[in-house]
Amino acid sequence: MSGKVKLINENGLRIDGRRPNELRPIKIEVGVLSNADGSAYIEQGKSKTLAAVYGPRELHPRHLALSDRAILRCRYHMATFSVEERKPPAPTRREIELSKVIREALEPAVFLEKFPRTSIDIFIEVLQADGGTRCIGTTAAALALADAGIPMRDLVAACAVGKVDGVLVLDLNDIEDKEGEADMPVAYMPSLGQISLLQMNGTLTYEEFNQALNLALEGCKQIYKLQKEALKAKYVAIKEEVETCLQS
Amino acid sequence: MSSIITSRIRQRQIYQMIASGKRLDGRGLTEYRPIKVEMGIIERAEGSARVLLGKTEVIAGVKVELGEPFPDRPSEGSFTVNSEFMPLASPEFEPGPPDENAIELARVVDRGIRESHAIDLEKLCLIPGKKVYVLFIDIYALNHDGNLIDASALAALAALMNTKLPVYVAEGGEIKKTSEYMPLPIKNYPVTVTFANIGDKMVVDPWLEEEEVMSARLTVAVDKDDKICALQKGGGGALTPQQILEAVQIAREKAKELRRLVVGNLG
Repeated sequence: MSGKVKLINENGLRIDGRRPNELRPIKIEVGVLSNADGSAYIEQGKSKTLAAVYGPRELHPRHLALSDRAILRCRYHMATFSVEERKPPAPTRREIELSKVIREALEPAVFLEKFPRTSIDIFIEVLQADGGTRCIGTTAAALALADAGIPMRDLVAACAVGKVDGVLVLDLNDIEDKEGEADMPVAYMPSLGQISLLQMNGTLTYEEFNQALNLALEGCKQIYKLQKEALKAKYVAIKEEVETCLQS
Repeated sequence: MSSIITSRIRQRQIYQMIASGKRLDGRGLTEYRPIKVEMGIIERAEGSARVLLGKTEVIAGVKVELGEPFPDRPSEGSFTVNSEFMPLASPEFEPGPPDENAIELARVVDRGIRESHAIDLEKLCLIPGKKVYVLFIDIYALNHDGNLIDASALAALAALMNTKLPVYVAEGGEIKKTSEYMPLPIKNYPVTVTFANIGDKMVVDPWLEEEEVMSARLTVAVDKDDKICALQKGGGGALTPQQILEAVQIAREKAKELRRLVVGNLG
């Protein structure tokens, strides 16, 4: 599997020059789509992902409605041009699985019981994939939910850890994901101290797993901070806009 | 997994029992239901197995074909895992293409087998870049009484260990099937251990009613070298890092028990 490409150089730096515990540069914007009730856009390295939330709204088909809470629905989708070789537009088995795990990552954060008989629909569109898209999608979707004004117990911040050339590294890019020995996406609700998404591909000893989990949580905490800044930035921008309007 | 309704009073009973370290069916928190593994139950399949996990029943079959290798792995055979929740297995299952639960199950089982390199795929190549063995591992749930994942992973492993590959010979650039068979080359024995989080306690091998009331599920795949080879959290709840670390420790012990059932069966 590995060995073909050297993923860690003699200085201990990664293929894109990062240190093992370093995230890629992250740009987050909240409220980017006017039709959606909430939306967010994230660029993390070369990965670009958009998330939108519609709801709480009337649910179709009606028989799916629950009398004591809202249902959360999630569609994770990759654009045909987001990957090297065109991806057929129909949802793949991978996308169906990821839609499920992302939904389950967000469910514990949302006060669904506040909106009986409705649905809250999350749409995640991966525009360009360079590793970590399920995590970026989860992070963006949590922001879109918050942007839609849906009451939440906490934000959900997600980040992958992996093992490449025997070293545990944070926030894998595509090559590290494909050539590495392990990939473990984690979603975390930092204020609650709870993990809501955990998957792993590859092999890790228990010790490595323990370290990897801690590294992932550190990554999630950094992303959590950026999430909060991005949410605040939207309202600061609105405030400034209102103030300039009032002055003129 | 499904939405069979468990009454509130029953829910409370399950929670209370588990809080005091017991379960409704008399098991301990880290105890599996009785497991029975039968191999070679379908003669037409190259490999097959049936697993009974309490009342949960799953059957796995392996069919072998010849096909082209993937361009990025020209000298390796390939395999796919599929699963179907048959309507005869539960009042909740409906005919039709696999839903997200069946897809998730198949992909978790696939991950355990793939990441542990259970099948020696390099030995499944006949002509590099042209002809390789292609394995289809198909899992059918026949009776759903909870924890289909562990039953399926066990059935898939047992079916693989039971798989006989038809021997082909190359004659003047052509490939001919002989009447001989050889065992499938297997390098590793991954098994999965699934937990349900019920009232902040992690219980092993949840049965149907426990799955109904659990907040979250965690599946840990462990290989023969005691390494973790796949993880999957499921369900709409969350887990603390501590719960996860403890569960992984328990899984490493339980995996040995499960593996003995299949590997022991071989002898």
